[in-house]
Amino acid sequence: MAMMRAPVRFLAALMLLLVVAFAVPAQAQQPTSVNPQAQSVKEQELLKELKKIQGRGTLPDARSEVIEQPAGRDWRQFHQVTLRWIGAIAILGMLALLVVFYLVRGMVRIEGGRSGRTLVRFNAFERFVHWMTASCFVILALSGLNVTFGKELLLPLMGADAFANWSQWAKYMHNYLSFPFTLGVVLMFLMWIAWNFPSAVDFRWLKEGGGIIGNAHPPARRFNAGQKMIYWVVVLGGGAAAVTGYLLMFPFYATPFYTTDVAGMQLAQMVHAIVGVVFIAVMLAHIYIGTIGMQGAFEAMGKGEVDVNWAQQHHSLWLEKEAGKGHVRGGGVAPAE
Amino acid sequence: MARMKFLCDADRCIECNACVTACKNEHDVPWGINRRRVVTINDGRPGERSVSMACMHCTDAPCAAVCPVNCFYTTADGVVLHSKDLCIGCGYCFYACPFGAPQYPRVGNFGSRGKMDKCTYCAGGPEPDLTPAEYGKRDNGQFTGYGSNRLAEGKLPLCAEMCSTKSLLAGDGEIIAQIYKERVVRRGYTSGAWGWQTAYRETIAS
Ligand code: HEM
Ligand code: SF4
Ligand code: SF4
Repeated sequence: MAMMRAPVRFLAALMLLLVVAFAVPAQAQQPTSVNPQAQSVKEQELLKELKKIQGRGTLPDARSEVIEQPAGRDWRQFHQVTLRWIGAIAILGMLALLVVFYLVRGMVRIEGGRSGRTLVRFNAFERFVHWMTASCFVILALSGLNVTFGKELLLPLMGADAFANWSQWAKYMHNYLSFPFTLGVVLMFLMWIAWNFPSAVDFRWLKEGGGIIGNAHPPARRFNAGQKMIYWVVVLGGGAAAVTGYLLMFPFYATPFYTTDVAGMQLAQMVHAIVGVVFIAVMLAHIYIGTIGMQGAFEAMGKGEVDVNWAQQHHSLWLEKEAGKGHVRGGGVAPAE
Repeated sequence: MARMKFLCDADRCIECNACVTACKNEHDVPWGINRRRVVTINDGRPGERSVSMACMHCTDAPCAAVCPVNCFYTTADGVVLHSKDLCIGCGYCFYACPFGAPQYPRVGNFGSRGKMDKCTYCAGGPEPDLTPAEYGKRDNGQFTGYGSNRLAEGKLPLCAEMCSTKSLLAGDGEIIAQIYKERVVRRGYTSGAWGWQTAYRETIAS
């Protein structure tokens, strides 16, 4: 273009110069060939860095984009070895402890026998919630333990088909009874929280062995320190079992904030299983004290009423208060009004 | 007996997905289940590699170890198979598998995953070889059975047979390792026997 004015021509020349100036080093930077042994594509290096190898895939399922995550082998070790040891030690250990304890201590009896006078300890609603939760717990425990130990203990006895059938039903029971169980834990939490905060009385109770170890009868309110501990195990353990259990039941749950991946599922299973077996061990002790461990205790949750002498021995402060309100009945003794 | 293995030579895989398609077609695998898939790492960057992955038929397989109903078995060829009659759909094999191989017909909320399905190495299932029961039904949302049993017909897995660049190798572990070693010598570098260390506790020296 002859008509091009001088400044324009100057600018055009400058631009050409710039393009050339940048293009030359750019060409020099371009590798002559892609290094096929670049560190970034070495399997073992990638695993060392991230513990899993993930890329881009063409399937809608994001989980398929992880090609390798050897952590499954560690989880297997937990599930097949570690968990079984924890479970066996917790549950069999607790059973052995209770047997020895029973042989040494025997049933804790009501001193001076029954008075014949009673007072209400748990109302019908409280007992309903307790037994609903307890029966669900027993089935959850058995169907859960079937996943952990079933194939070693039951499969050889039942045969593959019968065992698979039973396990399928056990799984359904575990899944569906989780709902009434969780409801029960929530109701227990709400209806008994008022009496379950630790207090000064609890320290004395613990120091004196609670009247279970030794023969002292330290005072206690409606719930003693031991019962408070059971309460918190149920509330916190039940809560943890429910959260991790529902993660297992709704696998790879996705929210905008957090999506469970395989590692998350493994973690949920590990927490769930450990909470489960420890929970079972603690409940064995609870069942022991509520039945053969202590005379007069079962009635509290059975009929809902306890003997005054039992209450005097185990919950003296609670008895005082209830008697003050005139809640003791029977035995010809006039209500204290 | 041979010890069957898979080997994906990542230097040759061109992400054409022929293996994926071949598998889906051969076994009439329904929507949502993918026994084999191709994953690309460093996509679009230097060092891009594609790897075709399915069940590796592990030595001492983790899936089999954790299954609460023991429904897995290993054939004389070292192929890891399972019984859909026994499976309770708990999902544990998927948590244990290093390669994300187990698949389920449904998402699985509420313990409703259905029977696990995975690559059979084209070797069917526990039913008698080459029977309709082994192949299974595909109608009304069902996915029973295991698909065709090429091994019983004396053929190797179709994915590897189909592979256009012969990146994916299937067959006796010794033989495919030998083929791979020769390639490595010829081209002068290795691309790693992907998954071998994890699946077979060995790698191919080169
Ligand atoms: C509260 C609600 C609960 C839910 C939603 C729940 C759910 C689950 C799920 C989904 C599994 C995986 C196995 C399967 O799919 O069947 C499981 C396993 C298990 N659960 Fe629960 N569960 C709950 C409560 C409990 C309780 C209270 C216990 C203990 C008494 C328990 C003990 C176990 C055990 C021992 C396993 C087997 C762990 C293993 O070996 O992998 N669960 N649970
Ligand atoms: S790749 Fe996964 S499903 Fe296949 S044998 Fe190994 S652990 Fe089992
Ligand atoms: S999903 Fe089926 S095959 Fe997998 S571990 Fe559970 S029962 Fe076994």
